Amino acid sequence: MDGQSALLRLTTTFGGRIIETHAYRGDHTAVVERSALLDVLRFCRDEADLGFDFLMDLTSVDYLKYPGREFGPRFEVVYHLYSLAHNHRLRLKVRVEEDDARVPSAVPLWPVANWFEREVWDMFGIRFDGHPDLRRLLMYEEFQGHPLRKDYPVNKRQPLIGPKN
Amino acid sequence: MAERTTREIYLGEGSGTGSGSQHLYVNMGPAHPAMHGIIHIVAELDGETVVKADVEIGYLHRAFEKECERGPYNNAIPYTDRLNYVSPLINNFGYASCVEKLLGIDVSERCKYIRVVMSEISRICDHLTCIGASAMELGAFTVFLYMIKAREYLWELVEDVTGARLTISYARVGGVKADLPEGFGLKTRKAFKETRQVLEEVGKLLTGNRIFMDRMVGVGALSREETIAYAITGPLLRAAGVAYDVRRAQPYWAYDRVEFEIPTGRNGDNYDRYLVRMAEMEQSMRIVEQALDALPGGAINVDFQGRPMDPASYVDLGKQGKTEGLLLIPITLSPNLQGLEKPVHHQVNVADKRVVLPPKEETYGSIEGLMNHFMLIMDGNGIRPPQGDAYFAVEGANGELGFYIVSDGTDRPYRVRCRPPCFPPMAALHRMIEGEMVADVVPSFGSINMIGGELDR
Repeated sequence: MDGQSALLRLTTTFGGRIIETHAYRGDHTAVVERSALLDVLRFCRDEADLGFDFLMDLTSVDYLKYPGREFGPRFEVVYHLYSLAHNHRLRLKVRVEEDDARVPSAVPLWPVANWFEREVWDMFGIRFDGHPDLRRLLMYEEFQGHPLRKDYPVNKRQPLIGPKN
Repeated sequence: MAERTTREIYLGEGSGTGSGSQHLYVNMGPAHPAMHGIIHIVAELDGETVVKADVEIGYLHRAFEKECERGPYNNAIPYTDRLNYVSPLINNFGYASCVEKLLGIDVSERCKYIRVVMSEISRICDHLTCIGASAMELGAFTVFLYMIKAREYLWELVEDVTGARLTISYARVGGVKADLPEGFGLKTRKAFKETRQVLEEVGKLLTGNRIFMDRMVGVGALSREETIAYAITGPLLRAAGVAYDVRRAQPYWAYDRVEFEIPTGRNGDNYDRYLVRMAEMEQSMRIVEQALDALPGGAINVDFQGRPMDPASYVDLGKQGKTEGLLLIPITLSPNLQGLEKPVHHQVNVADKRVVLPPKEETYGSIEGLMNHFMLIMDGNGIRPPQGDAYFAVEGANGELGFYIVSDGTDRPYRVRCRPPCFPPMAALHRMIEGEMVADVVPSFGSINMIGGELDR
């Protein structure tokens, strides 16, 4: 099955819950409604002809300063899936608003999502509902702000911190 | 009050009574001689057994992804050197290829083969370092010295080609910095002869060695299912019996035109990981030898009349309009531009004026070349991929190294995401060490080959 028929499979199964699909430079993408995310991910993993057993990557993009998308949903959480059996890839995206930056956690499906989601929370401040242990991953606890957001100035100073006890 | 036992003084009230014991917390790292990398493991111990482990990373975070957003596309290449600093060439090429995918361009054949050759040499360096360091941590110091000796031969090759040993910055979007130097094939074969000898010696020292096997066999094992669930790729996945290799599954550059095998293990333990890495080095050398034989373009002939000129006189002639035949005269380039003379420029770079800087002869000697150069250098005018996003994966030494780049149509990447190959194994490290002895943390951690630069970015 190639990427195009994988997208077709998703749109026929989930209908309007798949917001849009497209292919660009050989990468196939489906934008999914947030409420349907876990169902779609589980469907992608468990259906035999899709068979996406790897969650290769999970990241996010802040579209705050992207031309034409300044007013749209600010964040996109991006899932890159890979199927070992069929040797194909798929990209899933979920759009979230800044004031409701929450996404259901994929930890029940793939344990590796634990660290990926902690990194996204750390860097973008997007919360993952149902995550067992949503702590910062790369930055320290006392760090203020989320550094990969587009409105985080690159030269921002952080307060000095002392020993914990 | 009853006399306190020594045990109680150190471990607190209640220990040594009743059920007998309480757990001890041990901090390993961030800086610890047994950790070749800065990470922090908070281990909960029952006697010498690790009951629970919490792994903390981020000590080498340098805002790689944020910094990439600040400059033009080619400016990120030096940052990618510092991702996996044991095999920087693979990072370089992976990033450049992702930008090329966004641009929709295909690099020249010779460039593809050069990328294959240099990537495989880097992979050998990486595996040598990983096995050498792991063996040293188990007490086999000789192996470390032998491995570093072999790595030195390979790094000399890298130095010949790129001009540096570690911070190589050799890739360019649309090509490479320079062509391979003269006599490279011969030197490579000599270096491989030495490397093969070292590998044979090390194989005799380690494979089947009683002490080494006692420490490695059955330790740190992950099942096939769990390895996949943790999205672990590379030698760790292959040691668990899955023959997934990006070079074979989704061939890029010239990997579909060389023959190689994908070594796999069965048990997914540290010993199988060691065997897989040893076998992969031999396969990498096979790939390099085939690629060098098939290198398109053949020998580079510089056949021009007239002596080379220095750039200043060249520019003067150009300014005075004495351009007749000027572009046929070779130029003496500074040593850091060697390998990029006009006759070889088109062989290693894509023929696309929107992407690749023209050869220096054209920049200095013709107005068209000068304009082309400035159009790429001027702020806001460099490489401008159309709006969109692309994910490109290469097989790094530790597994799938992916770059996900979002372009907003300007000359700076809107978002650069690196999928570091040793991130998923580190997320699964606690699964490898829980239930095992403290001393087994060291070989398990070593088998991951954690590279702080790419893990923490």
